[in-house]
Amino acid sequence: METFDILFYLFAVITVGSAFIVVFSKNMVYAAFSLLFTFFGVAGLYVLLQADFVAVTQILVYVGGILTLLLFGVMLTNKVISVDMKTGTINTIPAMVIAAVVFGSLAGIYYATWSTVAAPPANLVSTARPIGEMLMTAYALPFEVASVILLVAMVGAALIARRPKKLS
Amino acid sequence: MNSSVLSTFVAWLPHVQLAHFLVLSAVLFAFGVYAMVTRRNAILVLMGLELVLNAANLNFIAFSRYGGLNLDGQVAAIFVIILAAAEAAVALAIVLNIYHRFQTVNVDEISSLKE
Repeated sequence: METFDILFYLFAVITVGSAFIVVFSKNMVYAAFSLLFTFFGVAGLYVLLQADFVAVTQILVYVGGILTLLLFGVMLTNKVISVDMKTGTINTIPAMVIAAVVFGSLAGIYYATWSTVAAPPANLVSTARPIGEMLMTAYALPFEVASVILLVAMVGAALIARRPKKLS
Repeated sequence: MNSSVLSTFVAWLPHVQLAHFLVLSAVLFAFGVYAMVTRRNAILVLMGLELVLNAANLNFIAFSRYGGLNLDGQVAAIFVIILAAAEAAVALAIVLNIYHRFQTVNVDEISSLKE
């Protein structure tokens, strides 16, 4: 077993274990903070897959942005008096069936189709420069559309979340 | 489960290949779907959605690595991250509005489109 395999299993255990807590924890704050470890584990897997730029982006955007937003949502939508922040579950049995069918079919297809794909030789150069060049050439239009989408989402979120002005 | 299938699976396990990453992303996807279906709190539903998006991203990057180091998959993953950020901002704004109006964010209690 090489270092690569050991690191993969380490990050896989971190990712799956914290995702388990996200899904099954009764406490919302525990779920939010273990989502942090899920994102870190996935970022580690990206590094193993030679996607250094995407790994850093994952940490910056998910941990720095999305997780902070979700924590703000947890804090703002619970009454401060209710300290426990418990939450209930619904539809447990159908959800288990759906999740088991989804996982079984996906994993079966993956295992049957791609179980013996050898990795192409490693190419240890930074991916930031070629990704930047691709964003400016082949993916220029999606890049611009994404920037407009971000602007629209920001303006829309600010407009929706603002409390309506009292008519004087 | 058939024992010979299990033994081949266990023998396949130690050498990490493409399918290991794909099966891991399938686990994340199933967890995310489970969270989206079972959770009553809208914010925990959003967390399940983030798990599903991460599973899709992991697939993109795994295929990008094992498909001859083509960077197209990584660019697609970056666009998924951008859309996830936009989606989280708008969804949190909607959830806050729902909380101001109904004093709850439990998705099974919010069934009226109009007060």
